Amino acid sequence: MNIHEYQAKELFQKYNVPTPRGHVAFTPDEAVRAAQELGGSIWVVKAQIHAGGRGLGGGVKLARSTEEVRELATEILGMTLITHQTGPEGKLVQKVYIEEGADIKKEYYLGLLLDRALEMPIMMASTEGGMAIEDVAHNTPEKIIKVAIDPLTGFQSFHGRKLAFGLGLPTEEINTFIKFASALYNVYMDHDAEMIEINPLVKTGDGKFLALDAKMGFDNNALYRQDRVIKMRDLSEEEATEIEADKYGLSYIKLDGNVGCMVNGAGLAMGTMDTINYEGGKPANFLDVGGSASAETVAKGFEIILKDSNVKAIFVNIFGGIVRCDRVANGIIEATKITNVNVPVIVRLDGTNAIEAAEILNNAGIKNIVAALDLADGAKKAVAAAKGE
Amino acid sequence: MSILVNKDTKVIVQGFTGKEGSFHAEQCMAYGTKIVGGVTPGKGGQEHLGQPVFNTVADAVKATGATVSMIFVPPAFVSDAVMEAADAGITLAVIITEGAPVKDMMYAKAYATKKNMMTIGPNCPGIITADECKIGIMPGFIFKKGNIGLISKSGTLTYESANQVVKEGFGITTAVGIGGDPIIGLSYKQLLPMFEADPETKAIVMIGEIGGDLEIQAAAYIKEHITKPVVAFIAGQTAPAGKRMGHAGAIISGGSGTAAEKMAALTAAGVTVVVSPADIGKAVAEVMKNLK
Repeated sequence: MNIHEYQAKELFQKYNVPTPRGHVAFTPDEAVRAAQELGGSIWVVKAQIHAGGRGLGGGVKLARSTEEVRELATEILGMTLITHQTGPEGKLVQKVYIEEGADIKKEYYLGLLLDRALEMPIMMASTEGGMAIEDVAHNTPEKIIKVAIDPLTGFQSFHGRKLAFGLGLPTEEINTFIKFASALYNVYMDHDAEMIEINPLVKTGDGKFLALDAKMGFDNNALYRQDRVIKMRDLSEEEATEIEADKYGLSYIKLDGNVGCMVNGAGLAMGTMDTINYEGGKPANFLDVGGSASAETVAKGFEIILKDSNVKAIFVNIFGGIVRCDRVANGIIEATKITNVNVPVIVRLDGTNAIEAAEILNNAGIKNIVAALDLADGAKKAVAAAKGE
Repeated sequence: MSILVNKDTKVIVQGFTGKEGSFHAEQCMAYGTKIVGGVTPGKGGQEHLGQPVFNTVADAVKATGATVSMIFVPPAFVSDAVMEAADAGITLAVIITEGAPVKDMMYAKAYATKKNMMTIGPNCPGIITADECKIGIMPGFIFKKGNIGLISKSGTLTYESANQVVKEGFGITTAVGIGGDPIIGLSYKQLLPMFEADPETKAIVMIGEIGGDLEIQAAAYIKEHITKPVVAFIAGQTAPAGKRMGHAGAIISGGSGTAAEKMAALTAAGVTVVVSPADIGKAVAEVMKNLK
């Protein structure tokens, strides 16, 4: 799960990680009031969406008067912002963050994430603030300094010193930086964060460090114990069909092909997409129906897949283990009674009672349903059906 | 021969009396696994499925001599259960539970390592030595005895692969489902040398997926140390970047962890990499033919 910049900054402030002051606004009036409340003579109007690259897409702008705050808020609220992370369809901006201007002397990058190989969090810093860290890692990896932090002992001053000296900070700024980094580590651990990215982290004219931007993602498995975080969830930023699928215990991700897939198990679901691709087709989605593959979940699966009008055929690929294939076959037949399935459905059931299952499907006499022998045969038939062959 | 577990392995179940724990413990016993007891705090002294129930893992180990624990407790209690097993002297914990927080696993694995306990999972189908011992949730009948070792991040792809291997006339020594979470226990790099050392295993199948770099580490290890043929498939060649594909760890982030880079590394290490998972069985038949 991800949150907005203004929400991440709320968490930062609770932990004394310095940020500029700011207020979120849903209307131009609120934006002007926010600017007045903040005072000063320069403000930043920032679109709040769950995607990076907002500045380049025209979603972050500087205002030098409250009239300009109104103009920019009017322009940005309601716009569809397209960045390298939103995809070509972009994202609708429903709120802006009005922030006081900062006296920027230098920009840095600071991030925290799990290093899966080391099995501990790492903090990364770079002098190349404001640039995509992936590009820095690719082009000038020597400009990224990393420290691994053993969670059993936590953040130590030496971690901070290693980063600070690596960034070339003057001695008198080292302790301020260590305090900042140490507090940020606590934000990360206490909220079961998956990643924190501050890009840029800025040093101001008076030698202070400020998180000018803030991005946070969280471990979904830990949300049950993160009340503060779960309250920040913004469903309008997530895919509606994915949320709906989730309600029924289905894991669904829309793709851009025309062969719908319904599979049990995440690995086999990806493998099925790959097989469709290998056979010359394009998968329309990832869908893991989970272990049980009951009539209800299969029916819901059909419904969700068919919301995508690109879908011209559906490949149901179930490897029955503990779940018996004959039950799944009956479930599929039931499901076609619950949901109107108007495209060819290619069904491959293998594993426990697969032969009985094939008989059930063949005897049901549903003209849309075609039984397949194995994975390759099913994928071939589905690809051909999607092409209208 | 086999790796890690066999017909003599004594197993206890943590979360023994729960719905999932009961169902699968019974299936494991039917397969032939020596389930010698279980742990459910507060139910010590009772009997369940004909086996004793204990309040603590320490009690269970003392009374039964079990060395392996199969863990079925709910996600929020997984790290506690793993650490209790490690503390009690269990040498291998097989964690079936899906949905354990990453931070918990970070702590639990560090503790297990300190106590010299190996872990498999979480969020995995478990481990099976064909015809001898099944510790997990896989359908046992698919795994006919043979000479192929299997390591997989995915449950259903494990079944799919084993089934193809059997259809080609071969069988399995031991199959290990290592799970698809960001932090897991035993991985390719630890399991490959075990299969290399097992005289019965003639070839190895490894199933990977997008996310992380365990497969890349495996490729480097194979190049240096593995003499037996390896067949690999990496799931998620068609997965979009930045999207989590079902498994918590199956995500291409920052442009790394792609199927393409893993396939390239494995190919460079001399592994037979199949593009379609439907070709795993055929590839195994091919490498086995070349052995003769």
